[in-house]
Amino acid sequence: MRDYNKLIKECSVKGRVGYKLPPLDVDIFDYKEYFGEDVLRKEEVDLPEVSEFQVVRHYTNLSLKNFGVESDTYPLGSCTMKYNPKINEDMAALEGFTEIHPLQEPETVQGALKLMYELAKMLEEITGMDEITLQPAAGSQGELTGLMITKAYLESKGLSHKTKIIIPDSAHGTNPATVTMAGFEAVEIKSNQNGTVSLEALEEVLDENVAGLMLTNPNTLGLFEKDIFEIADKIHQLGGVLYYDGANMNANMGIIRPGDMGFDIVHLNLHKTFGTPHGGGGPGSGPVGVKSHLIPFLPNPSIIKKEDVYKIKDTYDQSIGRVKTFYGNFGVLVRAYAYIKTLGRDGLKEASQLAVLNANYMKERLKETYNLPYDIICKHEFVLAGLKNSIEGVNTIDVAKRLIDYGVHPPTIYFPLIVEQALMIEPTETEDKESLDAYIEVLLTIAKEAVDNKELLLNAPVNATVKRLDEVTAARKPVVKW
Amino acid sequence: MHPYLPHTKEDITKMLEVIGVDHIDNLFDDIPKNIRLNKELKLDKSKSELEVTKLMKQLANNNVTINEKVSFIGGGAYNHYVPALIKHLASRQEFLTAYTPYQPEMSQGTLQAIFEYQSMICELTGMDVSNASLYDGGTALAEAVFMANHANKKKDVLVSATVNPQYKDIIKTYARFKGLNYIEIKESDGCTDMENLKDLFSADSSSVIIQTPNYYGIVEKGSEVRTIMNSFKNKAMFIVSADPTSLAVLEAPVNYGADVVAGEGQGLGSPVSFGGPYLGYIAATKKNMRRMPGRIVGETVDKDGKRAYVLTLQAREQHIRREKAMSNITSNQGLVALMATIYLATMGKKGIKEVAIQSMYKAHYLADKLCNIKGITLLNSKPFFNEFVIKTKVNAKMLYEVLIEKGFFSGVVLDDHQLLVCATEVHTKEQLDSFVKEVEGIL
Repeated sequence: MRDYNKLIKECSVKGRVGYKLPPLDVDIFDYKEYFGEDVLRKEEVDLPEVSEFQVVRHYTNLSLKNFGVESDTYPLGSCTMKYNPKINEDMAALEGFTEIHPLQEPETVQGALKLMYELAKMLEEITGMDEITLQPAAGSQGELTGLMITKAYLESKGLSHKTKIIIPDSAHGTNPATVTMAGFEAVEIKSNQNGTVSLEALEEVLDENVAGLMLTNPNTLGLFEKDIFEIADKIHQLGGVLYYDGANMNANMGIIRPGDMGFDIVHLNLHKTFGTPHGGGGPGSGPVGVKSHLIPFLPNPSIIKKEDVYKIKDTYDQSIGRVKTFYGNFGVLVRAYAYIKTLGRDGLKEASQLAVLNANYMKERLKETYNLPYDIICKHEFVLAGLKNSIEGVNTIDVAKRLIDYGVHPPTIYFPLIVEQALMIEPTETEDKESLDAYIEVLLTIAKEAVDNKELLLNAPVNATVKRLDEVTAARKPVVKW
Repeated sequence: MHPYLPHTKEDITKMLEVIGVDHIDNLFDDIPKNIRLNKELKLDKSKSELEVTKLMKQLANNNVTINEKVSFIGGGAYNHYVPALIKHLASRQEFLTAYTPYQPEMSQGTLQAIFEYQSMICELTGMDVSNASLYDGGTALAEAVFMANHANKKKDVLVSATVNPQYKDIIKTYARFKGLNYIEIKESDGCTDMENLKDLFSADSSSVIIQTPNYYGIVEKGSEVRTIMNSFKNKAMFIVSADPTSLAVLEAPVNYGADVVAGEGQGLGSPVSFGGPYLGYIAATKKNMRRMPGRIVGETVDKDGKRAYVLTLQAREQHIRREKAMSNITSNQGLVALMATIYLATMGKKGIKEVAIQSMYKAHYLADKLCNIKGITLLNSKPFFNEFVIKTKVNAKMLYEVLIEKGFFSGVVLDDHQLLVCATEVHTKEQLDSFVKEVEGIL
């Protein structure tokens, strides 16, 4: 690739344009006089002046400095970087889905409403929950919605003194951040030596002020929380709510359901489990499911069906209110619907089984060379604790950067926080055995390089478009625009 | 076998051998039997691409699009021209299928695109810093409200009645659980009632929120809000929700003293798409940079001194600060922000202004013609941009329904006699004239 290093602004040439509109065909008037100078812009907006082809070439060049799941293996733990089926893109781009306005009369969008209604039903079946809202825009907003529901529910029971939400120390940072945002207080508990929730540690923080507990199962170490019934009992006995973070649902489809494990609230990440593209950071979609006692608190509005007609209604009488404009990230919902229809009950289950198979296979082949702190069956992902043969000055970050030189994406690193030098690997079911073998070979080669010539790791990457970046200066003297 | 699942029986056998178990089911032995789902999910069986396509097309065809009818519906989602190149560039897999740029060396494309996005949002709003985007216009405002609370620890959130009702609802939801007080500033003649703001503004005010053009399309006087806020040195934040397209013509909010500008960017290159995915943008003055929610990209250099881009100021974020983070937001609205970036580059300096001006002229042409009809008047007298409310002598819902039959989505019915109507550059004079003719026919 040519070394392209321009900003679109630097491509700008005065007088050039990249668009053409039909000539204005209506009467004009003196708008400056109409509005008055005080509300009008004095200086023109200084946007680039570039031709259409310049735009195309510029962003094509930028794309070439990126890496997607179609480039090569991308086993980013906790992110479920699976193949994003092409058919879903085509379906989401159908004019009947993109060119409908959210405020159109419901009778004119029956297809869209039916899709949403049925998607919610399918997700209810997959999670074992009683009702699903599709409104939340992403996992983090799903969490927030779930905790707002928790709070509204507790308040309705006169239990406003319940302010503590318990979170294992292996949890995603989003969990505690959400707790604060929803007006609760986060209480962290230590995991036990098996990497799961310590019942003793849990017991210690249990009191009447406990509002609930947030849990990922399998957890962020990829381990199944076997004591889930006991944990659920303890929380429920105190009148609290058990919250399921669906980040790791890809291990579970057709095998185990949060609703059957005692969870009261679930959020899903459609962009993880249900194969919608991550888009470089979004858009995602974070549907939230609840058990029957929490249904009245779901966000309004919802999609209902009456005598084969679909309607948009404020159904819930004690609703937390609205959390998102309109009804959710519809385009993402279309893709997830197509995905579930394509894989079906058989394909979804097989996908989860193969995701677990792939993770265990990689774990077994790497555990001689990398530290495996929890040497038991894992689910869809596992966490390594750096190189077994520890070399002075060589850290997990160096292994990750060297992976880039080999043309694959590094795993999630330094997370979960409870594992030192963590490499969190989630291959997903769509990687074939050859790709896994190739990735494993690279990791084994890097381990050897660390011993033989550690400079290769410390200087990596050398094959990427840029070398290691000065992140300290970037934060100290922020330059955040041109 | 399924096309998305590559494993042959032989692959599975070999892999299980390495793992040291006999059957794939043994990989789930750690899950107690009484928890497991010992039945099949009640879903259809897997389907072929042909079957799924047919099914999806049936659903799509069961919607009436805004290309089949002429639509004047706005109300927070706008039908602007979307250049063809956007979908082609945004569907390049390197953008589409990547995730948050955790490894900057292999994500320079995403990072630079976000940097360009931030720069252009700053250019439009006049602000010093923009983040990498939020979910939508409503949640962006709610995040701005939280920023103000972080900064001044005060609890009263003063929201103009003329803000989009959905945004107001979202702010109400967020405020309630955070323990903030949602207080609505009255409207007068379709505008924020400044006298009422004077009465409500106090030492407890944390933020004042206006939208311009507001829900009724009217251009608010931000400078008057600032003047009232300045009369009281209480560190309250002035938050403005502005339609970014309108900012090609209307004053940059920084120039009338906005502290935070947050709003909906769907109109920048995304279709109306039944409400999502959209684009929340948020931008602030330098003083508030470290209180911003979400991702921010900064410029830096690599080891060889080459210019490069990286996620920065991460000490604000959830993965570092956990319960003390500024927000729980994890990623951004990546692809939609990319589409807005490409849109702004394509339309450029001249195009964004032409879109704004054409939309405004067309809306005014339509309003003038409609108001020539007996039984229709403008509800408000204040200057509007490209959206306006008409008062109808006949029942507005009835008018709206009859007009669907005639081939028009006429707008958003606000009450029995009010219709919110919007026009943009996509409408032709011919469409506007035939709409007016149909309305005249009904009245």
